[in-house]
Amino acid sequence: MTVFTFPAPPPADVEALRAEVRDFLATELAARRPRDRARSWSGFDADFSRKLGERGWIGMTWPKAYGGHERSALERYVVLEEMLAAGAPVAAHWIADRQSGPLLLKVGTEEQRRTILPRIAAGECFFCIGMSEPDSGSDLAAVRTRATPVDGGFRVTGTKLWTTYAHKSHYMILFCRTGGQEERQGGTSQLLVDLNTPGVTIRPIADLSGEHHFNEVVFEDAFIPDSALIGRMGDGWNQVMGELAFERSGPERFLSSFTLLVELVRALGNDPSDRAREAVGRLTAHIVTLRRLSRSVAGMLQNGENPALQAALVKDLGALVEQEVPEIVRGVVSVEPSLQADTELAAVLAHTILNAPAFSLRGGTREILRGIIARGLGLR
Amino acid sequence: MSETGRILVDTATRLFQNIVTPRELARAEAGEWPQDAWKAVEELGLPLALVPEDQGGFGIDPVEALAAVRVAAAFALPLPLGESMLANRLLAGAGIDAPGGALSVASAAIPAGRPAYPIDLVPENGGWRLTGVARRVPWGGKVSGVVVVAEAAGVPHVALVPAGRFEVAPGTNLAGEPRDDLTFDCVMEPSQVAPAAGVTPEGLRAAGAALRSIQIAGALARVLEMTVQYANERSQFGRPIGKFQAIQQSLAVLAGQTAAAAAAADLAAEAITAPAGDHRIAVAKARTGEAASVAAAIAHQVHGAIGFTHEHSLHHLTRRLWSWRDEFGNDAEWSRRLGHAAIAAGADGLWPMITAA
Repeated sequence: MTVFTFPAPPPADVEALRAEVRDFLATELAARRPRDRARSWSGFDADFSRKLGERGWIGMTWPKAYGGHERSALERYVVLEEMLAAGAPVAAHWIADRQSGPLLLKVGTEEQRRTILPRIAAGECFFCIGMSEPDSGSDLAAVRTRATPVDGGFRVTGTKLWTTYAHKSHYMILFCRTGGQEERQGGTSQLLVDLNTPGVTIRPIADLSGEHHFNEVVFEDAFIPDSALIGRMGDGWNQVMGELAFERSGPERFLSSFTLLVELVRALGNDPSDRAREAVGRLTAHIVTLRRLSRSVAGMLQNGENPALQAALVKDLGALVEQEVPEIVRGVVSVEPSLQADTELAAVLAHTILNAPAFSLRGGTREILRGIIARGLGLR
Repeated sequence: MSETGRILVDTATRLFQNIVTPRELARAEAGEWPQDAWKAVEELGLPLALVPEDQGGFGIDPVEALAAVRVAAAFALPLPLGESMLANRLLAGAGIDAPGGALSVASAAIPAGRPAYPIDLVPENGGWRLTGVARRVPWGGKVSGVVVVAEAAGVPHVALVPAGRFEVAPGTNLAGEPRDDLTFDCVMEPSQVAPAAGVTPEGLRAAGAALRSIQIAGALARVLEMTVQYANERSQFGRPIGKFQAIQQSLAVLAGQTAAAAAAADLAAEAITAPAGDHRIAVAKARTGEAASVAAAIAHQVHGAIGFTHEHSLHHLTRRLWSWRDEFGNDAEWSRRLGHAAIAAGADGLWPMITAA
């Protein structure tokens, strides 16, 4: 099979929900400037997340027994895409809602589900991802952070890197080695780590524009109890791969630059050039198409399928478009990017340019994604 | 897809496998009308697949009917299947008896930036006079009739013009498919002209663009298959070239463009029966056109010199891709239209426009 299948997204009666979300956002974000909206899903606001929790818009698809709302994947998709299109500050709960919660739901212990999931759904409990390390980026199976079994739990030593919002999160899902280094994928497990654990130190890493999202999280003989094991010992690799299908196909994989497109349309006004119309139309065509692909993946996830390949494909295509938007803006309007500019377009452009390199790095680099696609084509 | 849809696609696939041979393709390109192939297509009922059930059709979901067009494109079927499907739908909608045989379509819509040769339809002696020029009509000189959508006194009408009633200046596209200029100056009988039901000249042009989008998606699926197969078979430096990362990365891009084109074509298929003002066809033509360009280039790069020969079959698909992307409006034109609507919707209207598409 060399052609990947993307079935039509399942029909969903979502327009009432969409209107509700739009009303909510129009009120909540009335004062949010475009330059802040441009942060997209990097904008962190714990109060906003709590409000979403109150609305029932976090953990939407989870069972009610765990604080969820038993809505469909397509309903959840509507909430996500409306948040992103509006530039809402969703970072606080994003990771927990997208992958940590679903992982716990799938393979976590009953205790983990009972204690954690309702707090995530309430918008009160935030997660970060513990995958990358100094010597393990794209080559995730090279992780060296080691959890050594001891009486009642594990002693963990090692360093996690590029941990977004670790400094504001309650928990990390730690991907670590519990078997030998030579076992590669097989000797890995996942632990639910309370970031207040003694022996866990979080240090900031500034990104190229000087902002602090990233961290280095150092484990120095930290004791993690047995009850923190997620799923089965040695099953870490398979569990992580399952997480990635959720991580790679959502609307955040093609809407990261959407605020810039909105501001471009605003700046073009009533009398755009043919070139500007063509450029905006082309981007619109890309976004509509990506949205269809991404909703198709949401439908497959809802049906319990494993669309890991399709997800990689959506992310690869999406990042290309996200990174193209600043180039296109430059081609049709004359504006110097500046974070301090009075005009919102210049500030949004500046923000997008400074963040664009990450779009094809985070969540799997372009090259890794294409390798996954090539494997799916039967080439490796 | 429903059971009926699956059967339709399977049957069409088997048929095209049999009838589209290298010899048949060569003969069609030399200007011969593939009558036997057409008869086989007609016997399956495919040209009537878009006709609604209450107008004498089979009651097939239009999206599933158009899957047959996608499959036909994957085989480079050298016949106006999609055009005939559209023409029969237009005739049925207007209550005009279909003549049977292959048909084509011509819209009186004038593409932006082209010299105008207006097609006029005016009442005359109880019948109608049709005058004007239709440019690059698919198989215009080969079919048994051309269905024209033109305005008469501001009202869109459908006219069935039988072969022999117009002059033909033959032409072809890059793949050798007939694209003929037709000059009309004829008197039509009342039974051959009727008000169009919900179709305008612009709408017919959009339906043509939808067809080409669907065909591009179909051809790309096959191009991807062929290219992956070639990369696995062709060895250099002691191993299949598909084992090299540079080739793998290119093929991944090809797969991405193919998937995007397929999704965009799905939108076009869903929109082909929708009223005017729907943006999905503009999305589809813009996106599939771009995909065709990127994908054809990669396919040729991976195939190397052999893919550049006339003997190899890749060009039957890539020459069609290069033609289809410019027919019924190229990606730039449809992008401009879409962009015009997006900018008119404004900063606050852009996102609602996207979610409505």
